[in-house]
Amino acid sequence: MNNLENLKRELPELEKKLKKYREVLLANLVMIGEIPSPTFGERERIEFILHRFDEAGLTDSSIDDAGNGIGILSGKEPNHSILINAHADTIFPAKTDHTMRVRRRSITGPGVADNSLGLAVLVTLPYIMEDLGIRLNNDLVLLACAKSLGRGNLEGIHFFLNNHRMNIQSAICIEGIQLGRLSYSSLGMLRGEITCRIPESYDWSRFGDASAILTLNEVINRMNDIRLPRRPRTSIVMGSITGGTSFNTIARDATLGFEVRSESQEIVDQTGTAIQDIVEEVSSRTGDQIELDIFSRRTPGGIPYSHPLTNCAREVMHALDIEPRLAPSTSELSALIDKNIPALTLGLTVGESTFKTNETILIEPIYKGLVQLLGTIISIDGEYCEKSTKLD
Amino acid sequence: MERSYLLTENIVKNLQNWIDNNTYHHSKFQDLKSLVAEKQEKNLTISLCLPTLNEEKTIGKELIIFRSELMERYPLIDEIAVIDSGSEDNTLEVARSFGADTYLSSEILPELGKKMGKGENLWKAIYQLNGDIIVYVDADISNIHPRFVYGLVAPLIKRSEVQYVKAFYDRPLALSGSLRASGGGRVTEILVRPLFSLFFPELTAIIQPLSGEYAVRREVLENIAFPIGYGVETSHLIDVYTKFGLGAFAQTDLDKRVHENKPTQDLGKMAFGILQTFLKRVKALDMFDSTHYETTLRQFQAQNDHYEQKLIEIIEEERPPMIEIEAYREKFKKQMI
Repeated sequence: MNNLENLKRELPELEKKLKKYREVLLANLVMIGEIPSPTFGERERIEFILHRFDEAGLTDSSIDDAGNGIGILSGKEPNHSILINAHADTIFPAKTDHTMRVRRRSITGPGVADNSLGLAVLVTLPYIMEDLGIRLNNDLVLLACAKSLGRGNLEGIHFFLNNHRMNIQSAICIEGIQLGRLSYSSLGMLRGEITCRIPESYDWSRFGDASAILTLNEVINRMNDIRLPRRPRTSIVMGSITGGTSFNTIARDATLGFEVRSESQEIVDQTGTAIQDIVEEVSSRTGDQIELDIFSRRTPGGIPYSHPLTNCAREVMHALDIEPRLAPSTSELSALIDKNIPALTLGLTVGESTFKTNETILIEPIYKGLVQLLGTIISIDGEYCEKSTKLD
Repeated sequence: MERSYLLTENIVKNLQNWIDNNTYHHSKFQDLKSLVAEKQEKNLTISLCLPTLNEEKTIGKELIIFRSELMERYPLIDEIAVIDSGSEDNTLEVARSFGADTYLSSEILPELGKKMGKGENLWKAIYQLNGDIIVYVDADISNIHPRFVYGLVAPLIKRSEVQYVKAFYDRPLALSGSLRASGGGRVTEILVRPLFSLFFPELTAIIQPLSGEYAVRREVLENIAFPIGYGVETSHLIDVYTKFGLGAFAQTDLDKRVHENKPTQDLGKMAFGILQTFLKRVKALDMFDSTHYETTLRQFQAQNDHYEQKLIEIIEEERPPMIEIEAYREKFKKQMI
């Protein structure tokens, strides 16, 4: 019987053992989640994480120049490093009430799934591994990366990947939800904002006709008419809209946040050009100022379905009765893929109301998510899946 | 007048010494590893009591944090018990699911009858729990943190003469170097501080006499009476002070405490209960007949980490009824009755 089969056999037992770490894990989750951490304002949360790394006796734990928190769990005979990454920022501003509510079966609070749970698992892993006597051959690099979301544009992980001196051979990004998520490819992406402004010298005699919202509406309608191919799969996400000040005042400005996603870089570029043309045309016709600000781009890529890393994760998930849900990603995974580091993203539990202040995760599935992560790490470390393994 | 002045001078000096030596900030005790070592070296056991009544919203989080940080990671406390007054929500189920020992107050010493009130739970905890030190923490704190426990037990571990450690919160920040008033809640500032200023000036050194979080040695707890309702904190301070003196107390700044504010009508009930307890003690100590009442109100002000008392002389002089004034009687042609 090979190592992988042995590991798979032990996983259910390991899952039971993990239950004794409930308080430690959930306390980390609550304490991390209650520290506000908007993109570009992650310092306090990262310092807490560093303190946890220090308490766990991790060597070389530090905060780098980009504000990332890094801890290294040394291996027995390291040939290379395995990177575990969780982004430390949230979409919630610091003034949001970050109180976490703990119920018998669930925890609710802003950012609890995205990504306080990922961070809690990151800082609890060394504690659990030491207590269970799990010692890897290779170094485990734990990265809480800053400036990941929105305008952060993966700045933290890019900085880390451009400056580290470790031999990172594989990486796992962890996200709070959903358990079963298995991302091993990244989409091509273009993210930006379109802002319409009515000039100061506007002709106010155009009663009822002059509004930044109406102009933006026209831009949106035109974007909606862009013909997108069914293959390669492509979409335009109209993610957010803001504008105006009150019921009875003509809106002087309005902003659309959008994202173009595609499996093809060429389609991403073509769609970007089409949006640029729309903006220029509507602007010249209405006389309104319209700005297109594209602040984030990703190129598509990834590892094959049969890559040893994907195999490891699938084998482990299979052993734990987790149904893999394959979905491409536009998050830190793409930064790793850009650097040719085989990487995947895993989810840790089941949750709902993502991106709302009542974001909620279930406690019980966390053990399965955690054993999935541990099993994948152990199998990568032991090179159990180097040869493609056929699933049962 | 001279005697009164000297008395005030002595009290202020004594109080400032006590404030300087017995007032802490929780951050001084955050090295939990060494605190646990010191506790073990002194062979002390510590019990945490969470008195509850319908606290399902917050109890789970408190238990997770305390069990993780102060039992699993650093074994500072030896037992955690929830003592409940008869919650109608899921407080006890949630508490049990997160590993707490749970007790119904009415089932502890049942032969002594059942009384409703937080003080009842605190009193019965002395019987039910085993620690040399008992630390009481309210279960309604939404920003719970291990400091709520280690900040209070640390002075007891480190200084054998300290018997009773009280929490205070919301350390005022000195803005632009200016002084800011500091103190307790509304009932403290309107009722308790004026009463202490009148009868027990030294007790005004306790910045938040009504805070619900404190750690106490068993030898003290077993020797004081417990009002079962709102008066329990006030009576503790008076009783420990009269038995052991001000030197038995310490107080720790625990920074911010977030909880739901009580409506003014509830504060009225609280004040009424406190007043009953207070008058009972003043009467027992035969203090109503004192020929000298203090006329100095003692409030607090803070600058950075330094606290000092602010003394305000308030003498309530009185004028006699106008009818006693001769000029008045002449003007209105009136006579004394």
